[in-house]
Amino acid sequence: MPLRRLLLVCLAAVLPLRPALAETVSTFTLDNGLEVVVIEDHRAPVAVQMIWYKVGAADEPPGKSGIAHFLEHLMFKGTEKIPPNAFSALVEAQGGDDNAFTSWDYTAYFQRIAADRLDMVMEMEADRMRNLRLTEDDVATERQVILEERAQRTDSDPGALLGEQMRAAQYLNGPYGIPIIGWRHEIEALNREDALDYYRRFYAPNNAFLVIAGDVTPDAVKALAEKHYGPIPPSEGLAPRLRPQEPPHRAERRLVLSDERVSDPYIYRSYLAPERDAGAQKDAAALSILAELLGGDGQTSVLARALQFDRQIAVYTSAFYDGTSIDDTSFGIYIVPAPGISLAIAETALDETLARFLEEGPDPAAFDRIRTQILAAEIYGKDNAQGLANMYGEELAIGLSIEDIQSYDEVLMTVTLDDVKAVAARVLNRDNAVTGWLRAPEGDGATEAATDRGLPMPPAQEILE
Amino acid sequence: MMLRPVLAALGLALALALPARAEVEIQEVKTPGGLTAWLVEDHGLPFVSLELQFRGGTSLDAPGKRGAIYLMTGLIEEGTGDMDSRAFAEARDALAASFLFDSGADTLSVSARMLTENRDAAVDLLRQALTAPRFDQDAVDRVREQVLSGLRSDEKDPEAIAPRLFDTLAFGDHPYATPGKGTIDSVAALTRDDIFAAHKATLARDRVMIGAAGDITAADLATLLDILLGGLPETGAPLPPPAPWTLPPGLTVQDFPSPQSVVFFGHRGIRRDDPDFFAAFILNEVIGGGRFSARLMREVREKRGLTYGIGTYLVPMDLGEMVLGQFSASNDKVAQAIEVVRAEWARIATEGVTEQELAETKTYLTGSYPLRFSGNGPIANILVGMQLDALPLDYVNTRNAKVEAVTMDEVKRVASRLFQPQALHFVVVGQPEGLPGTP
Repeated sequence: MPLRRLLLVCLAAVLPLRPALAETVSTFTLDNGLEVVVIEDHRAPVAVQMIWYKVGAADEPPGKSGIAHFLEHLMFKGTEKIPPNAFSALVEAQGGDDNAFTSWDYTAYFQRIAADRLDMVMEMEADRMRNLRLTEDDVATERQVILEERAQRTDSDPGALLGEQMRAAQYLNGPYGIPIIGWRHEIEALNREDALDYYRRFYAPNNAFLVIAGDVTPDAVKALAEKHYGPIPPSEGLAPRLRPQEPPHRAERRLVLSDERVSDPYIYRSYLAPERDAGAQKDAAALSILAELLGGDGQTSVLARALQFDRQIAVYTSAFYDGTSIDDTSFGIYIVPAPGISLAIAETALDETLARFLEEGPDPAAFDRIRTQILAAEIYGKDNAQGLANMYGEELAIGLSIEDIQSYDEVLMTVTLDDVKAVAARVLNRDNAVTGWLRAPEGDGATEAATDRGLPMPPAQEILE
Repeated sequence: MMLRPVLAALGLALALALPARAEVEIQEVKTPGGLTAWLVEDHGLPFVSLELQFRGGTSLDAPGKRGAIYLMTGLIEEGTGDMDSRAFAEARDALAASFLFDSGADTLSVSARMLTENRDAAVDLLRQALTAPRFDQDAVDRVREQVLSGLRSDEKDPEAIAPRLFDTLAFGDHPYATPGKGTIDSVAALTRDDIFAAHKATLARDRVMIGAAGDITAADLATLLDILLGGLPETGAPLPPPAPWTLPPGLTVQDFPSPQSVVFFGHRGIRRDDPDFFAAFILNEVIGGGRFSARLMREVREKRGLTYGIGTYLVPMDLGEMVLGQFSASNDKVAQAIEVVRAEWARIATEGVTEQELAETKTYLTGSYPLRFSGNGPIANILVGMQLDALPLDYVNTRNAKVEAVTMDEVKRVASRLFQPQALHFVVVGQPEGLPGTP
């Protein structure tokens, strides 16, 4: 059984719902370089607008961690046309809602609203691409909000603190080791000029794309996009997103985080892993299936069978992988030991189970069930236009083409048992890995049979405003 | 099995989806076997979503058996007939069906999604799980350990501690006063017989609400439901009486080592069937609805930077009702944030809302409501929510008019009835500075 609702939702992301939907997706590009994707779903008179900027926390200047996310908050402050702090209120007063999120590779803003009000939210979104107005007061207050956000999401949660430390250890050279929200001491020093420098440099039509989903037609969207976004001149001098790459990892890293707020201890193992690349998605597809096989289902997965059913080593196990990333990503495994089982014993049992899997390869019957679910996901996924908008947005943001996105199901279906075995052998190598132990401080009466507060959750890939 | 969100009651409040866009056509389906279901038929995609909710939920736990229904809910998918839990999961996945089981303070829910091409097989599988679960001792023990792990985790999670404390203060000796998950002691003592008894008490035909949306006709749905639920007992355990309300005004501080304090606050609320409910709903939207432009978000977050987020909720449960709010703030700021909340509570109680706020909130509530119908699953869920609230079949077409009909006078009158600044109780979990009784 999955341990908790949130976790279930996250695990579902291992094999995301992926309808190909070529018939209802169209694309075009404005003269200023803004790419537009239109996803038609006429079942309800609703539309979603998402603007995706091809910039995120991994593109921040050194020492300015958190500025991508800080600017995302500040984008709600106003322009010459939009009074201070009125952006969301204007959308809400029209019966819509709005928000934004920041990841390492992208920053996105969205509104959901009655389809006949798309004109209004497009005008507002286009306006704030270039015309943001910020006061020193806005910046100072919002910095406090973000410090509270960090306190709530990270500093109050030992599991989140461990995840943050582990990412920093996972990436020896690339920028993914920096937390999206920023290190506290660097957030405290971020100022108005930092935000505006970043804004002027990266927010431009030729560094963004627009996804419109819902009860819309491509022609109508094109007319609106040309009217509102068309006049915005492109920026010059935008550099390709070439970031420092990981060298070979030659030594495993091990971390122990002790915190009095921990109840059940757990182990989180993260392996450096390849991501999806344009025209080369096979390894990532095989890794998605590997995650599902190892730790996708609470009753049937390899880790659950070996560690929860055949032996009572763990109360919970999971594996997850998200290949939607510009540079090397990671493959994760969680295991929460059963009462009376030490972290060391649990880790040994985990490694034995993985070794056996590498030797024997996947169970063909389990493999077939996953293929059935991939096909069914094409049907179920069409039921959620906003989910589709998100999928296209994330995948375009990391440099995949529409063709890559629409052919990924086929790639998933061409993966063989041997492909999974081979990619597992390559990735599940402890030289590439960080192993974290989360536990209560020793000697305070909390034994390893007692516990951690955070349920192990796959690390957040993005954070909302 | 899935565990409840932090506060079951909040889930209920959010599920109180006021329906629906006018084009949604709801059919009432009566089965030969005597069941009633609501259906939105849509053959666009070849699958159906089915939502079943059994009224009573974890409040039907027998005395001394707190947590039995919650644990039982987690065991429904752990084997039936000649299938153990693995065989059941394999059969389900081979059909690409999805079954989720959950229990809250007022209902036990079953959410299913089934492809048209193998629907009969999926229904048969779900029928076996619902009517003849095995509850094998090893499964009981294994899932119990997962529940206990969650309970230990809750004891060190301020976001779980605060609502639990609030419920304890608010609901006297009623089941609402204690977590439906049970306590470490009560769950540890549950036997396999207790699980069977919990199943018998909860899953009965006289209390099930049914919603369906997607690729199925009324006739096929009727047949499906009689097959699916025909083997369940006609009646289950009686519902408990309404909950007493025992929350005194004031402040409760619970020490917890954290840079932030988690705050739950509120007082008694308003029933869903109260004639003033719509006015109350609008008032809650204005002060603390889940929007950036709500008063508390503006005053506590946007103007002062005291929190990342703050919201309030009407929580009309079957047997008791609350107005609740929630936020987290750094220990050195929480006292100030509480003062702002108190001031806003007093302001709305005496002044009500402005003409502009009323107009904007009405536009938001009426305009945003098609957004809730975002797929077969959400629609099936809303259909059940309407039945739980005893709303009529045509409510879909009258709901927006009811929102529009709320007047300034009504809002003002209901504001002074609903918001009781002197009755507010704040539960603070953390190491707050500058509050009475703290260092």
